[in-house]
Amino acid sequence: MADFPSSLVSSRNLRRILPWLVIVAAAVVLPVVLPPFRLNLLGRFLSLGIVALGIDLIWGYTGMLSLGQGIFFALGGYALGMYLQLDTLEPGQLPEFFGLYGVKSLPAFWQPFNSPVFTFFAIWVIPALVAGLLGYLVFRNRIKGVYFSILTQAALLVFFNFFNGQQKLINGTNGLKTDTAHIFGVLVGSDGMQRNLFWVTVLLVIGAWFLCRWLTTGRFGDALVAIRDDEPRLRFTGYNPTAYKTVVFAVAGGLAGISGALYTVQSGIVSPQFMAVPFSIEMVIWVAVGGRGTLIGAILGALLINFAKSLISEQLPETWLFIQGGLFLLVVTALPDGLVGWWRQGGPGRLIAMVGLPQRSLTYPALDLDPEVQAEQSQFDAQGSESQGSKGGAQ
Amino acid sequence: MDLLYETLFNGLAIGSVLVLAALGLAVVFGLMGVINMAHGELMMLGAYTTFVVQNIFKAVVPEVLFPIYILVAIPLAFVVSGLVGLLLEKTVIRRLYGRPLETLLATWGVSLILQQFVRSVSSAFALGLLVTVVGGLLIPRLTPKSWWQQRWTPILGSGSWIGSGLVGIVVASVLGQQRVFDQPWFSARNIDVTAPTWLRGSIDVGAVNMPTARLFIIALTAVALIGVTWFLQKSVWGIRIRAVTQNRSMSNCLGIPTEKVDALTFLIGSGLAGVAGVAVTLLGSVGPNLGGNYIVDCFMVVVLGGVGKLAGTVLAALGIGVLSYLIGSGSLLLVWPAMPAGLNELITFFATTSMAKVLVFALIVVFLQVRPAGLFPQKGRMVEA
Repeated sequence: MADFPSSLVSSRNLRRILPWLVIVAAAVVLPVVLPPFRLNLLGRFLSLGIVALGIDLIWGYTGMLSLGQGIFFALGGYALGMYLQLDTLEPGQLPEFFGLYGVKSLPAFWQPFNSPVFTFFAIWVIPALVAGLLGYLVFRNRIKGVYFSILTQAALLVFFNFFNGQQKLINGTNGLKTDTAHIFGVLVGSDGMQRNLFWVTVLLVIGAWFLCRWLTTGRFGDALVAIRDDEPRLRFTGYNPTAYKTVVFAVAGGLAGISGALYTVQSGIVSPQFMAVPFSIEMVIWVAVGGRGTLIGAILGALLINFAKSLISEQLPETWLFIQGGLFLLVVTALPDGLVGWWRQGGPGRLIAMVGLPQRSLTYPALDLDPEVQAEQSQFDAQGSESQGSKGGAQ
Repeated sequence: MDLLYETLFNGLAIGSVLVLAALGLAVVFGLMGVINMAHGELMMLGAYTTFVVQNIFKAVVPEVLFPIYILVAIPLAFVVSGLVGLLLEKTVIRRLYGRPLETLLATWGVSLILQQFVRSVSSAFALGLLVTVVGGLLIPRLTPKSWWQQRWTPILGSGSWIGSGLVGIVVASVLGQQRVFDQPWFSARNIDVTAPTWLRGSIDVGAVNMPTARLFIIALTAVALIGVTWFLQKSVWGIRIRAVTQNRSMSNCLGIPTEKVDALTFLIGSGLAGVAGVAVTLLGSVGPNLGGNYIVDCFMVVVLGGVGKLAGTVLAALGIGVLSYLIGSGSLLLVWPAMPAGLNELITFFATTSMAKVLVFALIVVFLQVRPAGLFPQKGRMVEA
């Protein structure tokens, strides 16, 4: 033991390194251990973690509840889907579905998607631009709170209608299939390719996490939290909330685009169902269950809820909507900070204390665990969270 | 010219349903600042109430009385949806006061539950639910009072609900063995309400053909509007509602029971959704997903109309309804055949129901650039106007 430099084994460093070791180990081991179907599910749900991170940025940190992230998610998915459709073809051919609607030549907006470089940027730049434009038009009028939420939902419905109705442009309600397409000469739906995509997803989730952490610490992050807690005061201090909100909404849109592209290649199809109204609200509940305002909570929430959904829908499909509805109710009334928030605020300790086991206390047990002191403490906490909540939400 | 009138008439009928549906939403939003995502499902409950009333009339009541079943269904739908709304307010929305975004999510959860409830409710299911609710409410009364002042009381509380829930599931699945109990009441399929004969014909005014059902919807909307206006302007509780809408804390100081006002407003708003549900049954078949078709339009009405006046809601709803119908049915071209070529192509591109929504939404966003707070904004001097 004495030979090791003490800084490496100190418990603080170990705590810092251990999660990464676990992640690397899991990323190496899981593709070998899991059957391809389960691995594919895990990859899909991980990619949904990226869109959840974006929602956490705009809702958990900035206090804007967007019910329309599906727009950007689907735009990213369609960008990659269009490229894959074209990439598989011989020169001069058209994607098969165009024949059904009597379209003779490729619509102009498909042309750039012949280029892999353009597509690489389009996946995240187009959703970010659309989000930025939509956000700017809404934020500059100081439309916020519930108004913002229902406007984003209406925008979502509008995009859904557009993509659903335009057979001749984008194959309408059938969507674009990607699992029979080829990427770099390999079938997208093949097991080997799916394993590679899993690793790409893991890397991108980690990258997105670092991006979000970089954004939420430091001045920019402070400004976001200030917008959530008291926007007029920030404005009176000389900042321009519109710029911050537009930027962060665009970032969330870009993340949603990447997430959608990854989800598309792993599920084998992109269709207007990505823009269905319930799906976008579901995304919000992943963040809420995991813990808004905590980045890791968004990813964990996405994984947890989606695995629960796929398990329950396999066994008892009828009950899933009840459970989901119950989750919405439970998480906003009983767990406003989500599972990660509950954990960090000492929730498990309190639960153990309820059944009478001794609780670890910061000061003397006689003082800390006195019912009167605890009652005062919880009252104080409740007031704190209430005033925070009303500031964050009431407009 | 007659074509124009006929198109306008049809648009007006569609807009009237929207007025009915959005009225309750707008009043509640103005008062409490919450958007009720389950509003569409309350409409659906109204529609299903109409269906049940119709079946009861067919089975039990003498045939002579069948034509008036719709008049019975309207107040009943109001009561059913209103009571469900009241329950929602007392159990969920009240706890989330001052947190509108959380309320939005919670009511969405309620809407999911209501949708699936209508799909899977059967006698066994309903009895199991009854057992659960009775059990959960009775356990605290039947157990020693001292149990409910311990530190493990929260665990006991949730445990008693979970326990009675499990008993309820057992009851439901045991009863579900019997065919009689397992039969779903409505199932996931759409249901059809047969309009009574006096609502099936049409009236010709000049060359304009007006279906009676649509006339009835317009009349129903007018009556509901007059009723709500009278209630808000003249009745004591209406005046209290307006006072709380304008300034909640001051009203509270002056002795207005704001909690009761909230509950009452929510009941009325939900009841109006139920009446809108009755109107929807006259337009076609309805299903558990009925709410989703109307709810986003209703939100747009609230955004466009502003929360200051009822007139804003009415104007916005009629505007959106008529415009969507005009564009979506493609009748703009028929009315104005000599349209310039460029505009002509544009209008044809948008001439389906779903594409009309695209155009109308774009117009709303443009309008909000000029008037961000809607047609009739609430005037005040707050920072957060």
